[in-house]
Order: sequence, then C-alpha cells, then structure tokens
Amino acid sequence: MLLRVIIIGLGLGFFALTFPVSAQAPGQPPDTMAARVEACTPCHGNQGQGTSDVYFPRLAGKPAGYLYNQLLAFKNGRRKYPPMNYLLEYLGDPYLQEMADYFAEQRPPLPAPAANDVSKEVLQHGQTLVGRGDPARQIPACGSCHGPGLTGMEPGIPGLLGLRPNYISSQLGAWRYGTRTAKSPDCMQQVAARLTEADVTAVAAYLANRPAPVAIAPAPKGAYVLPFACGSEPD
Amino acid sequence: MLSRARILGLLLLPLLAGPDARAQQPGDLVNRGEYLARAGDCIACHTAPEGRTFAGGRAMPTPFGTLYSSNITPDRETGIGKWTTEDFYKAMHTGRFPDGGLMYPAMPFASYTKVTQADSAAIFAYLKSIPPVNQRNREHDLRFPYSNRQLILGWRTLFFTEGEYKPDPSKSDEWNRGAYLVEGLGHCGMCHSPINALGGTSQSDAFKGGLIPMQNWYAPSLTFNREAGLGDWSLKDIADLLKTGVSARGVVYGPMAEVVHNSLQYLTDEDTNAMAVYLKSIAEPTTRPAASSTALPTTESSLLISLGKTVYDARCASCHGAQGEGQPPHWPPLANNQSIEMESAVNAIRMVLNGGYPPGTEGNPRPYGMPPFAGLLSDNEVAAVVSYIRTAWGNRGAPVSAREANELRSVPLN
Repeated sequence: MLLRVIIIGLGLGFFALTFPVSAQAPGQPPDTMAARVEACTPCHGNQGQGTSDVYFPRLAGKPAGYLYNQLLAFKNGRRKYPPMNYLLEYLGDPYLQEMADYFAEQRPPLPAPAANDVSKEVLQHGQTLVGRGDPARQIPACGSCHGPGLTGMEPGIPGLLGLRPNYISSQLGAWRYGTRTAKSPDCMQQVAARLTEADVTAVAAYLANRPAPVAIAPAPKGAYVLPFACGSEPD
Repeated sequence: MLSRARILGLLLLPLLAGPDARAQQPGDLVNRGEYLARAGDCIACHTAPEGRTFAGGRAMPTPFGTLYSSNITPDRETGIGKWTTEDFYKAMHTGRFPDGGLMYPAMPFASYTKVTQADSAAIFAYLKSIPPVNQRNREHDLRFPYSNRQLILGWRTLFFTEGEYKPDPSKSDEWNRGAYLVEGLGHCGMCHSPINALGGTSQSDAFKGGLIPMQNWYAPSLTFNREAGLGDWSLKDIADLLKTGVSARGVVYGPMAEVVHNSLQYLTDEDTNAMAVYLKSIAEPTTRPAASSTALPTTESSLLISLGKTVYDARCASCHGAQGEGQPPHWPPLANNQSIEMESAVNAIRMVLNGGYPPGTEGNPRPYGMPPFAGLLSDNEVAAVVSYIRTAWGNRGAPVSAREANELRSVPLN
C-alpha cells in the first residue's frame, strides 16, 4: 500500500516535472515578476543579490517601501543615474510597487564580508560611528535608524549589509554633495553633511566588513523609535 | 509694425475673444479639448519632471542651446490666462505669440497649423479649465546667433507652410482623420523626418525618417518599408503598437515610448485605427537597393558575425529565440524586423547597450524589459551581436563596427 502511494507520488512528481504547471501560454514569456524584471538582473543579480560590480547595490530583502521610493525617485529624475532614469521613465507607479515587492521578498544569503585594505584604526573609527555615532558632532549611530542588526526597518529604512564599500561611500558622498536627495525632512542628507571624507571611508569599510547576522529581514514598522524625523519613514 | 499689430489685436479682441470659455462652454468642449491635448502630447514638453502640470520649465536641449518650455496654465501673470481663443489659434496656426512675436519651432506649429479652429478652441477651453500655476517662464539659453529670434523668419520661409489640413476627397473619412492626426496634432514629422542643419524638415522629406538631434535615437522612416514603413503590417499590429506599445511585429522604446505613454494610448480605437489606415497607406514601394554594402572588409565582418552568433546564443536566444522568432508581443521578433535591418544601426546598438522597457500602458501595464548589456559585453561583442542579428535569418542589414558601438556608450540616455 505504502509502496503504491510512493510509486504514484513519484509518478505525479515525474509528470509535474515534465509538464510544469504554469499559466504560460504557448510561445509567451512566463507570466512572472522574475521574467518581468530581467532587465534589472545584469546589474543587480537574478534575485537582487548584487553582482561583481561594486557600485551596483544589493536589492534583495530591503524594505519594499524603501525600494519603491528609490524607483519613484529614479523615474522622476530626483535620484540621478541615467541608466536607471531611462529604464523607469514610462512605467506606471503600481508596476514599480510590484517590482519593489518582488525584490523585497527575495532572500538570497548575504555575501561574505568584503575584504578591505584599510587599517585597524580606520575600522575601529567606523565601528564607533556605526555603533555609537559622535554626539559631539550630532552624528547619530547608524543603528539608531537602520536597526540594531543594521537590517533596516519597514517600510522605508534600508538595511546596510551586503553592500560593497564603494557603493556605500559613493552614496554617502552623493548625500553630502546633494546629488542624492529624499523627501523632506531629508534625514540622510543632514547626517551625511556632518561626515568628513575620513568618516565616510571608515563607515563604508566597517559596514562592508560585517558578517551576516542570523536574521537578515528588516525589523517590522515601529519596532523602535527614530532619533529624529525622517521624510522617508513617516510616522 | 509690431505696435500696429498690437493695436489691431486690441481692436479685434472684443469681437473674437468671446466670454470666458469655462463659464460658457459646456463640459464636453473641455473634455474634447483634453482629449485633443493628449493627441497633441502637449504635456510631454509643457510639464517638467516632478513639475506642476502644464506649468512648463522643461529643459529641451537642441543643437543651438537649451530651450525651456512655457507655462500654458491659465495663470494671468505667468501663463496664458490673458490669452483669447483667437490668440491661442494664432499661436497654433501661425507660430506667433499674441503680440506677434515669433515662436521657436521647437513648438511644433509647423504641424499644429493643420489643426482646425474648432479643435484649437476646444484645447484652449480645456487649458483654461485646469488649475492656474504661477510660475514664471525661464529664459532660453541659446548660443549666439541663435538667440536672435529674427532668424526664425528665415526658418519659416524655408520650412513653414501655414494652413489647416485639407481633406483629400478621393480618400475615405477614416483615412482623412488619420492623416489629420498624424500630420497635425500628432506632429509625427517632428521626429520621423530628416532634420537638416537648419533644424527644419523640407516638405519632400516628410516622414522619411531621421536621427533625433541630441537624443541620438533614429526615428525611422514612416514611408519606407525597409524602415518603419508599415505597408506590410496588418492594421491590427499598427494599432496595437500605437495603443499599447507592443505588437506582434515590434515594440516601442526610447522617445516613441514617451509618445505612446503620454499621448497615443489615450486615443479612441477609432482614431488609432484611422492613424493605422493612413500610416499603412503612405508606405512607398521599396525602391532603394538593399543595404548590403558595408564599410567593413569582408573577412572582418565574417569574423564579427561568427563571434556575434556565439554572443547571441549565450545571451539573447533564450528570449528572442534561436531563429530570432521572439515571443511576441512581449519579446519582440528580430527576424524580419525592419527596425533592426534599417540603414541606421543606432537603435539596435542602443538597445543592446542600455536595454529598455516599453511604456506602461492601459493595454500593457506590466511590460517586460530588455536587459542592458553595456556592462557585460565589450565594444567588439556588441558590434558582433548587432552585426549578427542584422544579417541572420534573412535579415538584410549591414554589419556595424566596434567603433560605432563605442560611440553610443556615451550618448545621453534621457
């Protein structure tokens, strides 16, 4: 009896493999988001895990609200990167939300910590800024907004892990120089403006050097109170 | 002279201006005006990114400097709030401001001149009904001597013929409606005609295709079947392309994606079909010889094409098919696709480098995208794969060089 069940089960499994169940019409692309976002994958990876290019960020597992805000900012030209501006210019907002949801749901493992060539002192400085900030210069700890595990918070605050130092420092630089902006009050612009070049190098090196935590999902909305108002994370 | 025109204008004003359009005209005039403003794609230029609708201020780079579009909201101080219906018709029909000043031909009055007085009045009634925005027009930033507006007189002499569309009685109403939309409000000729050094299009070259200045996209000929001439397309495929951005024969990207997104998708099926009927009819029989000549030595091009097949099989065939058959409408066919075979390879190279999404439309709200390969392929590989798709499966395009591919890496994307 049991054997028969197993044989039937195997038989069904075989058929399931041979004739994959899908809504796909003959000669049509798969009706999936994975197929629809293939244009994203040469730079961001099949699951949004990132690629070997150190300037292209990981998207997987970032809060959908954050990803949606970025897609809108690229579409409207507020965030400037011509290859992204060009791709998104004529796509509808609900579709951008679907793209954001898709990458937010992906959970490929975080990459191994990036090798770095900075000194112990620089890493130490990065650790201090990330973990405690610098109250004298009104620099909050990264973790006070991006979460104790630096995995971000729903809906609008991104995790900071799995990114390369080049990407982190280029984005912090863009905030400092005002070429990357967000909804007012633009909290990251305020924070980045207080950082020196040396701070940016140290923070980028330290963050990229963090090992993956056990749980990589962002914290739920309202899990902790932000130290100041932020347009990207409305109350 | 100018002041005389002004006085004359003032005298005529009470006769022609009529009462306030919004108060007096029925709502359906405004609705019809909104529809026609869509057909004219006014929003594409007269609204800045993240700006207020129709408040202008969009930068429009031209070979002569940067123009900034104007505020066409009914604000009395900074918009067209003081204009009359007649002023607006004059602007559309003659390319002149109410004071007689000359408009730069970036405003497609050479096409809009064909719009009827009734349609112009409807568009004006609509523009009068939208919320006024107080936003001053930005000064144009044109290089000398182009900053001298009197030069426009020369342009007008060469390239502008004033006059409403005259229906061709030997053709059907549908054909005439299509011609009216394509040649008038649609202002298709602004891109789909060769732009000469003087920034104009001569009548005999209408719809013969051209490289769009500053954008470096090639707007294919609408009359030549080896480009985007639609002579051997079905009416349904043409209408699908205009309305949804995708079709069994091809997909729109780049500047044409903008047109479908902001304008054509909103047209009624009757109007889209009328445009299709007209566009199909203006295709000329193929007279030019096949573009088989190439600047590349034969051995070099055959090496390129064999590398191209390797790249194609690895990168492209999974969507576009081993024989270039695609999975239309979402993954366009490459075999027998005019946009790939045409003399200018600019669009094909750009698509390989930068990828692209067709526009999101009501008929195709979740388009499939083409991945950008700029970071994955060398200039040589890009040239190879484009040469391959231009010559495989019976396609009759010419191979392209790595230099052509390289040159297009640095052109502005949007």
